[in-house]
Amino acid sequence: MQIFNFGQPLNFMKFKWPALWLSALLVVGSFVSIFSQGINWGLDFTGGTVIEVGLAQGADLSMMRQTLAAAGYPDAVLQLFGTSKEVLIRIPLRADVAQAAVGEAVLQALNSQLAEPVTMRRVEFVGPSVGEELKQDGGLAMLVALLGILLYVALRFEWRLSVGAVVSLAHDVILTLGLFSVLQLEFDLTVLAAILALIGYSINDTIVVFDRLRESFRKLRDATVDDTINHAITSTLNRTVITSLTTVLVLLVLFFMGGALIHGFATALLFGVAIGTYSSVYVASATAEVLGISREDMLPPPPPEAEHTG
Amino acid sequence: MLNKNPLWRYLLVSAMLLLTLLYALPNLYPEDPALQISASRGSAITEQRQQQFEQELEHAGLSAKSVQLADGKIIARFHSAEQQLQARDLAKTLLGKNYTTALSLVPATPDWLSAIGATPMKLGLDLRGGVHFLLAVDMQAALDKNLNDLASQVRSDLRQAQIRYLGVQTELSNNQLLLSFRQAEEMQAAAMLLAKQDRQLVITADNDALHLRLALSEQRQREIREYALEQNITIIRNRVNQIGVAEPVVQRQGADRIVVQLPGVQDTAQAKDILSATATLEFRLVDTDSDIAAAVAGRLPVHADLYASTDGRPLLLDKRVLLTGDHIIDASAGYDQYGQAKVNIKLDSAGGSLMADASKNAVGRRLASVFIEYKPGTELGSDGTPLLVKQQEVINDATIQMRLGREFDITGLSSPAEARHLASLLRAGALLAPVQIIEERTIGPSLGQENIKLGMLAIQWGLVAVLLFMVLYYKAFGLIANIALGANLILMIGFLSMIPGATLTLPGMAGIVLTVGMAVDANVLIFERIREELAEGRSVQQAIHVGYDRAFATIADSNITTLLVALILFGVGTGPVKGFAITLAIGILTSIFTAVVGTRLLVNVIWGGRRLQSLPL
Repeated sequence: MQIFNFGQPLNFMKFKWPALWLSALLVVGSFVSIFSQGINWGLDFTGGTVIEVGLAQGADLSMMRQTLAAAGYPDAVLQLFGTSKEVLIRIPLRADVAQAAVGEAVLQALNSQLAEPVTMRRVEFVGPSVGEELKQDGGLAMLVALLGILLYVALRFEWRLSVGAVVSLAHDVILTLGLFSVLQLEFDLTVLAAILALIGYSINDTIVVFDRLRESFRKLRDATVDDTINHAITSTLNRTVITSLTTVLVLLVLFFMGGALIHGFATALLFGVAIGTYSSVYVASATAEVLGISREDMLPPPPPEAEHTG
Repeated sequence: MLNKNPLWRYLLVSAMLLLTLLYALPNLYPEDPALQISASRGSAITEQRQQQFEQELEHAGLSAKSVQLADGKIIARFHSAEQQLQARDLAKTLLGKNYTTALSLVPATPDWLSAIGATPMKLGLDLRGGVHFLLAVDMQAALDKNLNDLASQVRSDLRQAQIRYLGVQTELSNNQLLLSFRQAEEMQAAAMLLAKQDRQLVITADNDALHLRLALSEQRQREIREYALEQNITIIRNRVNQIGVAEPVVQRQGADRIVVQLPGVQDTAQAKDILSATATLEFRLVDTDSDIAAAVAGRLPVHADLYASTDGRPLLLDKRVLLTGDHIIDASAGYDQYGQAKVNIKLDSAGGSLMADASKNAVGRRLASVFIEYKPGTELGSDGTPLLVKQQEVINDATIQMRLGREFDITGLSSPAEARHLASLLRAGALLAPVQIIEERTIGPSLGQENIKLGMLAIQWGLVAVLLFMVLYYKAFGLIANIALGANLILMIGFLSMIPGATLTLPGMAGIVLTVGMAVDANVLIFERIREELAEGRSVQQAIHVGYDRAFATIADSNITTLLVALILFGVGTGPVKGFAITLAIGILTSIFTAVVGTRLLVNVIWGGRRLQSLPL
């Protein structure tokens, strides 16, 4: 069985301009959303206290809200987490109370006021400085990763391809951030990890295409640049699609079965893998072509490959 | 041509698989509820004690699975959690307060596996429950204390050298001392004197205003910071060891942070009390004139109090405190000229003169060091948390040989271990810099269990989905890829169990699931390449050979970049993200290995030795 079996290479580059324009539009849209609505940063980044409690029966959120307001936490945000028996309570940072003690105080208030005692599932407190640092460290990690890739690809391949790879990676990251901004999904530490993993996944895809591109440039001596790129993308298309499929399969499992804590992670990667697959086909190669890649650029003499014959 | 396997490939693959399988095995065994008993104050438990405890257990009808003595600790395993709790109560009443007991889950790894150092994967707190604290050390406090100390030293030095000065001011905001003088000659004399003493100071003179500015050098500031951090870590480690938590983690993070992880602890209030409990130290003279037997019987002399030493001896100490622990700048363990263990103590200048005055008339008397600590006791307060109890203990008493000054030694210690322990306690008496909790995560035991269950389920279903897909799509070759995927999981779990620092977290489990999906990529690359080579008209054997060879270059290039990202993630991330990065990196390496070396072995064995017209691909 084989998904695609083409006699002729597909003409991907025919649509390179529409694709690039679409990507540019999406990137701009993401930026607009990120700067206008912002990102819904999770506890890890904002600081504050999150308390997850379990109840034996379904939770009465309004009752709990009143209890907490009476106990001095009118700004507590309550929501069901996963099931109707689990409640997530968020309490933002405040200057006037001893932050590290909020978790116990809230549990105590709930247990003394409610008819039915709650069980502590988790309490997380993050101080204001920690979250700020995490944003910086996370941003730094992404930049270092992109720079490292820029350098490696430039050394192993060619600078135009290297720029193409990094542009397509930045494209993936920005669009994923854009999605989290537009839908106002919570951006926590696991989502940061997912985006970094996405960089890893997407570069993998891109390099496979580039690798074939280099080979095609050397093999197809009379073909135009467009044709060569089309040839490279077409011959790796099966692999691109199958690997994306298996990855999406496991991500779907994580999305539906991984539990609430891993939801953001799965969402970011599901979206990212789809975008990453598209961008390694279109954005990376098209950018390199627009930058003017040609056959000569790919010919720096490698040691002549010995043909293997029996 | 035919594709045959060189011998090294068989050896390599079977050796790798066998090795990792061996190290992955302990993960299959369940954990035993266990009780861990250790002696307070760093001493070791004797074999007699262990046998005594074992007899008592039998007496109470509690049949332990095993009772072992390792590293000076008793580890008793039980069949049920109930027995474990009963045994703890028994141990508490039997052994008293000089021993600490901790409940833990000990992996039931068979002896032959532990003998080769195979242990199960360490689970992160999000999977096993417990408390995680991130503490920030207040470095400014440490610098301030040092600066204040420097100010009093400078004053006394100038007085001694009879250099007149107008004032010595501490400017805490810019970490400087401001010395003002009436005359330029006095200022220069002071500058010369201070420069000669080499206290790693940066001295700048303002000739018009007749000011000298003293700043701590970068090097000195760094030392102070390092010391404050190390000191805090030592103290916290001591305390954590005393409250009885199994496998606690107390670790430095970055320049001024300390990570504390207490698995299994649910009561964060108590844990916080312990972390912020204050310890102080007092030096008092021993009263040898009064009748100690009478004192023990209840008739105390007016000027003395009754204390107990660590080994249980009663001691009468003068009520007057010679010196308190906050004057101690440093205490370090070492050896005297006879090769005996000793502790060297350095005091600040005020402490030095206090000590000199006090010890002048006390040569030949014994000096006792009293360690005072506030620890959570057995009594509960109104809010259900244990009340803090003041505990006083004479950790050392020694004869004063001569008049003591700013620096003196405590000798006559029984072992280097005792000296180190005493030094750390003495340092603990004077905490240089307070700590503040800046992050706290508590995971309840039920959530931890649930997380494991969810993670395992996700791994299983992810695996099933990918296995099915591969067989449907690649038929026989899909089976080969699936065998490789299974081997890949074994390799990953084996390596994760082998690496000492690796802990499995929930994101780490997500990493394993993700790797399952991505690990087939290498095989997909190879199989697609073989198909292409076949389509281009190569013979079957040539296609296999060239397919593997060409795909390898692609696999290497694409995975090196992914590995690069994983390394960066590891370098920047903390806690759970680090766990994720480790699983990702290991997954990349093992999937390359299984695809490039492992499946080739199988493919060659099955199809490589025959003349074939087509492949089941």
